[in-house]
Amino acid sequence: MSLFNLSEKAYLLLANGRVFEGRSFGAKGTVIGEVVFTTGVTAYQETLTDPSNFGQLVAQTFPLIGNYGVNDEDDESNSTYLNGYIVREWCNSPSNFRSEGNINDFLIRKNVVGIHGIDTRALTRIIRDNGVMNGMITTEDVYANKEKFLAEINAFSIKNAVKTVTVPGVFTYEPEQADLTVVLVDFGYKRNIRRMLLSRGCRVIVVPATTTAEEIRSLNPDGILLSNGPGDPAENADIIANIREMTKLDIPMFGICLGHLMLALAHGASCEKLKHGHRGANQPVLSLAHGTTYVTSQNHSYTLVNDSLDPSVMTVTHVNANDKTCEGVRYLTCDAHSVQFHPESHRGPLDDTNPFDAFIIRMQTYKEER
Amino acid sequence: MPLRSDIKKVLVIGSGPIVIGQAAEFDYAGTQACRALKQEGLEVVLINSNPATIMTDKAMADKIYIEPLTLDTVKRVIELEKPDSVLSTLGGQTGLTLSMQLAEEGFLAEHNVKLLGADPETIHKAEDRQAFKDTMEKIGEPCIPSKVVEDLESAVEFAAEISYPVIVRPAFTLGGTGGGIANDEAELRDIATNGLRLSPIHQILVEKCISGWKEIEFEVIRDSKNNAITVCSMENFDPVGVHTGDSIVIAPAVTLTDREFQMLRSAALNIVRELKVEGGCNCQFALHPTSFEYAVIEVNPRVSRSSALASKATGYPIAKVASKIAIGYTLDEIVNQVTGNTYACFEPTIDYVVVKFPKWAFDKFVYAKRTLGTQMKATGEVMAIGTSFEQAMLKAVRSIELGLDTLNMKKLESVPTEELLHMLETVEDERCFQLYEALKRGISVQELHDRTMVDNWFLDKLLNLVNLEKWLADGTLTKEKYNIAKQYGYLDSTIERLSGQTCPLRKRAVFKMVDTCAGEFKANTPYFYSTFDEENEAKEFIENRNSDKKKVIVFGSGPIRIGQGIEFDYCSVHCVWTLKEMGYEAIICNNNPETVSTDFDTGDRLYFDPLTREDVESIIETEQPYGVVVQFGGQTAIKLTRHLADLGVNILGTSADDIDAAEDRERFDELLEKCGIPRPAGHTVMTSEEAVKAANELGYPVLLRPSYVLGGQNMIIAHSESDVVEYMEIITRTMIENPVLIDKYMMGTEVEVDAICDGTDYLIPGIMEHIERAGVHSGDSISVYPAQTLSKEICDTIVEYTRRLATELHVIGLVNIQYVVYNNQVYVIEVNPRSSRTVPYISKVTGIPMVDIATKLTLGMTLKELGYESGLHPAGKYVAVKVPVFSFAKLQDVDTMLGPEMKSTGECLGIAETFEDALLKGLVAAGYELDRTGGVLVSVRDTDKQELIAIAEKFAAMGFELYGTDGTASVLNKNMVATNMVHKISESDEPNVMTLLESGKVNYMISTSANGRLPARDSVKMRRKAIERSICSLTAIDTALALANVLKSQRTMKDVELIDITKI
Repeated sequence: MSLFNLSEKAYLLLANGRVFEGRSFGAKGTVIGEVVFTTGVTAYQETLTDPSNFGQLVAQTFPLIGNYGVNDEDDESNSTYLNGYIVREWCNSPSNFRSEGNINDFLIRKNVVGIHGIDTRALTRIIRDNGVMNGMITTEDVYANKEKFLAEINAFSIKNAVKTVTVPGVFTYEPEQADLTVVLVDFGYKRNIRRMLLSRGCRVIVVPATTTAEEIRSLNPDGILLSNGPGDPAENADIIANIREMTKLDIPMFGICLGHLMLALAHGASCEKLKHGHRGANQPVLSLAHGTTYVTSQNHSYTLVNDSLDPSVMTVTHVNANDKTCEGVRYLTCDAHSVQFHPESHRGPLDDTNPFDAFIIRMQTYKEER
Repeated sequence: MPLRSDIKKVLVIGSGPIVIGQAAEFDYAGTQACRALKQEGLEVVLINSNPATIMTDKAMADKIYIEPLTLDTVKRVIELEKPDSVLSTLGGQTGLTLSMQLAEEGFLAEHNVKLLGADPETIHKAEDRQAFKDTMEKIGEPCIPSKVVEDLESAVEFAAEISYPVIVRPAFTLGGTGGGIANDEAELRDIATNGLRLSPIHQILVEKCISGWKEIEFEVIRDSKNNAITVCSMENFDPVGVHTGDSIVIAPAVTLTDREFQMLRSAALNIVRELKVEGGCNCQFALHPTSFEYAVIEVNPRVSRSSALASKATGYPIAKVASKIAIGYTLDEIVNQVTGNTYACFEPTIDYVVVKFPKWAFDKFVYAKRTLGTQMKATGEVMAIGTSFEQAMLKAVRSIELGLDTLNMKKLESVPTEELLHMLETVEDERCFQLYEALKRGISVQELHDRTMVDNWFLDKLLNLVNLEKWLADGTLTKEKYNIAKQYGYLDSTIERLSGQTCPLRKRAVFKMVDTCAGEFKANTPYFYSTFDEENEAKEFIENRNSDKKKVIVFGSGPIRIGQGIEFDYCSVHCVWTLKEMGYEAIICNNNPETVSTDFDTGDRLYFDPLTREDVESIIETEQPYGVVVQFGGQTAIKLTRHLADLGVNILGTSADDIDAAEDRERFDELLEKCGIPRPAGHTVMTSEEAVKAANELGYPVLLRPSYVLGGQNMIIAHSESDVVEYMEIITRTMIENPVLIDKYMMGTEVEVDAICDGTDYLIPGIMEHIERAGVHSGDSISVYPAQTLSKEICDTIVEYTRRLATELHVIGLVNIQYVVYNNQVYVIEVNPRSSRTVPYISKVTGIPMVDIATKLTLGMTLKELGYESGLHPAGKYVAVKVPVFSFAKLQDVDTMLGPEMKSTGECLGIAETFEDALLKGLVAAGYELDRTGGVLVSVRDTDKQELIAIAEKFAAMGFELYGTDGTASVLNKNMVATNMVHKISESDEPNVMTLLESGKVNYMISTSANGRLPARDSVKMRRKAIERSICSLTAIDTALALANVLKSQRTMKDVELIDITKI
């Protein structure tokens, strides 16, 4: 019966052996990934198309997903990068004036395997208490194949993340009137970063993750933006070395999320994996300079180790008001700043777009002085 | 910034009596505020005229004044107590308006009192229509084309410019009183005239009508450091045009993409920052359904009904946080109590959906106009939490106590489809049931959307339920079907009825936690709602807690409605506190988001769920309580008794069987006979014919009511056969199964007693006497403690009868008994073996903590052990007068004449050393202006004419001009009381009653009639006119006399001492 989306039975098997029984949603098949949860109520389409979710099985804590359908405008990239999608209930009669179809068809089109009809709160509590763990979504009988499946699940890790999601070549985007030129180093950037720059009068040159400092300099930019992206930052030793070279160019730099982490790693800091990450649209970040707390959009598994931040190299500008993890840094040794959260939003609030504006100002100064 | 060092003593202004638009939510907010302030070691002074509230409890503040909320009285309290600050934003519109007046007059500055919460500039910018518009324009937030006008012609001119329909909104009125939608000039003239008059500053806003747009709300909280978060978003089921208080509301907003959502969220923050609100704020938006166009509808820079809802919907204690902000703290300093390890600057996110459903009084006021518009009509609301919209909606429908467990409304089934669609053209309280019926008949979602503009999302969800019900009825009830039906919120009994089959299994609900963070952080909130999943977080919570305390469940009273108000919440909360004090784990079950009882830190655990048998069973199964308490939650909780007893649950206090003995007519008669207590003669009838026969036998007038009543629901006094026939027609239309009781009506003095009994001994804290004679519902009567006119013999008889009834009914705990004294004989009218409306106020004025004692007795203690003697407690120093407050201005076409059916929504208290002064205070508190000169219009029924003479004489002697309709005027003139004759409405000659009422010459109207109710009757029209013109309308002869005496005494509030009740 289509009414209650009573599709074929599907299972979510966690690395700890726990099985959730639900029903198939989106594409059919078997997928393995790192199970994470996001607490955002809206913006499922942005989540689905966020390259930072590469390799993950993303669970939505809000039980009703797909309410307003999907549309062509709200994608954050050209594709979907997550490995699977987990919801409690999806809406087969979405309602919104921009809706062009339901989420189930969208997932089928994008070949994303999903599961619905499970108790997502129970799942969230497991991840919260035990930390992120791998899991599998499948329509095959998990009970019969449990041992085999568990072995596959345990063997999984997110690898080669950035290099998989990054652009294959250089793409340039022109604003209505270009005042500045930004090289956006793509580790899996969200479109809204590009939009934010374009709307601030920046020509945006998107370049692949492995672009060298020298290649960037040849593009003659006024600023370099190190984008967000998926996976373990430490995996990208070559890119980090590259970034170290970039800092020597004396061009203003700005890092977001993964870009923020790798910029710090390039400066000798280290990072660690959070127990279950920060994913949602409600994380409070304290701006130390202003003394104000902003509600921010976040989507990360890793954070900087506070003790590894050398105060002679960098100043912490933002911290998470809840767990006090580092949320932003300004560098003393080069013209750079970075934030762990997503000032470009999409999913979530636009309360603090200051980091973008600060970047613009630094680029303008740089351009004038040059 | 931490606590401001210049704040030591704070005056908190409460919101006064419960009226439509300002209800229990302000007791909840005020209580949280008082507690938050006391926690900080501040001295708290409270003023609130409403005695039924928790906030006016001794433990809540250091000094408590249950005094009229007038500017003069508040000033006196400030002069007397010399607080250094006033908290303005937690006492509803009443508290805010008073604070603003105090500030604007310079009184606060003069007395060095700081205004906390919002400054006058903020309030002005948010509440003055033009200032608001200018402010919004300045920050680029779009408003609806509108213009503030102060006269009718400008209104008409502007409307022509922006084209009809237009909405009229009067400035500074509660719940939109006096507003409305005008479709043409004639309607505009009508509404605008009324609105201009009702606005205290004679100002209305005429605006372009944008009905049909989505209505979205955000609850925002901001601090002095400019930190701001949105606590909750809400989307109205009903598009713009219906007051949000009358709309079904879902949280969070569901039909908005992230882009729309963030656009409105950013706008809300933008507004709150510009207004510089420090504390809670509500922002309402209209969003065009097919574009990104939006408009700001309204901003309330204070804690409101919506913030109570947002608090309960998310677990984020807005009032508490707002109070802390008011005294200097910032959001990043206030720990989120729910998680214990996050801060108040963390924006809540939820992993369930919440449905709020309003409770209206239309089941009581059968002739009231049911149309919903910009003026709020609901008296209360319920909230339901579910993992799907369908589940939450069904829970809400069960909680609202309309006798429904689905969206199928029987009376709509026989309505022809054409008429059904016609009904949908105007928005009424039953719209969602009408939509449901239409969907059942195959009318498409799109067509219904086009007709009503209700978003397809909601309609599709309703259609899901329609289809599910069809599916249940079709074929075998498989386990799969059963499981799906459970997840979508159906009860077993409903599934069986719909499928006509026995359930293949019986699943009990499990419980999930409300934790503000969608499970991201480990929380310890003892706040749960039911679902049909595998994991039972409540059970886990109980196990982890591993308490060896005995567990007791207290059932609350559900939505606030006429007849069952905030007083039952007061009782439930006190019961919980006492249980905790006695070493028990106290567990609350309730579904009303406005109350203190549903604050998650009131009890040891809170279950936010419907109070039906099956819903409650799951809670019992999870909790496995030692016992349950039903006597404090009004009829809602009492109704569960029999079922719980059958399940073998230990009912603490009076037993199920004894409760039944008081409610079952036959058993009750036997009991009275056994006790030798007389009651008015009566019969039980089923049909109109039987009723007429019985009435003739008893002799008119007779009192008619359904058996098993709640708050005098559908009670009338019939003076003739046609009254009986009319009544029976209505009653058999709405409720069929129960017989109707018909009694001889005795117009004697009504007396009320609340007693506390332990099975052997009984304590009567006081005897209350009603000013209005029997026939006016006790809840609508002015009630006086201690009784003023009863002889010692009568009092003794009452005490003795109370003893006999309490003993014979084996009452353990509270019992409320109503007597009528007629021809020096005491008759019993009603016995309610439960708490009552009068318990809070009697507790406060006698100093006897009635609920605390009663709770202890239900746990097995005795009155002797607690140090109380059996019998009547000696009266204290003060006289207390409880005066009812009505919300007639908000309910069109309701006859305002007092009768056996309760009509008041709230009450005020007057306390003084003499009866006269107490009555004066009570009347002033209830809003009587007590004009000392002017005119009085009288028009009374024949039976009242003789008594009217003395009253009219008093008014005449004070210099009032008298006007009377022909019959009344001629009686007065014959008796030498000079009265001007006025024509009836139907007579074209002027002055007739209507033109006289319009003329402004009338300050008081005394109107009683043998017949009422029907809006078409002249007497009803006249009373309605008086309400519309805000003329003091006295509809019981006894009230008129009492008021005349108060006026005659020449005393004013200035002559009367203010009393701090903590000293009683």
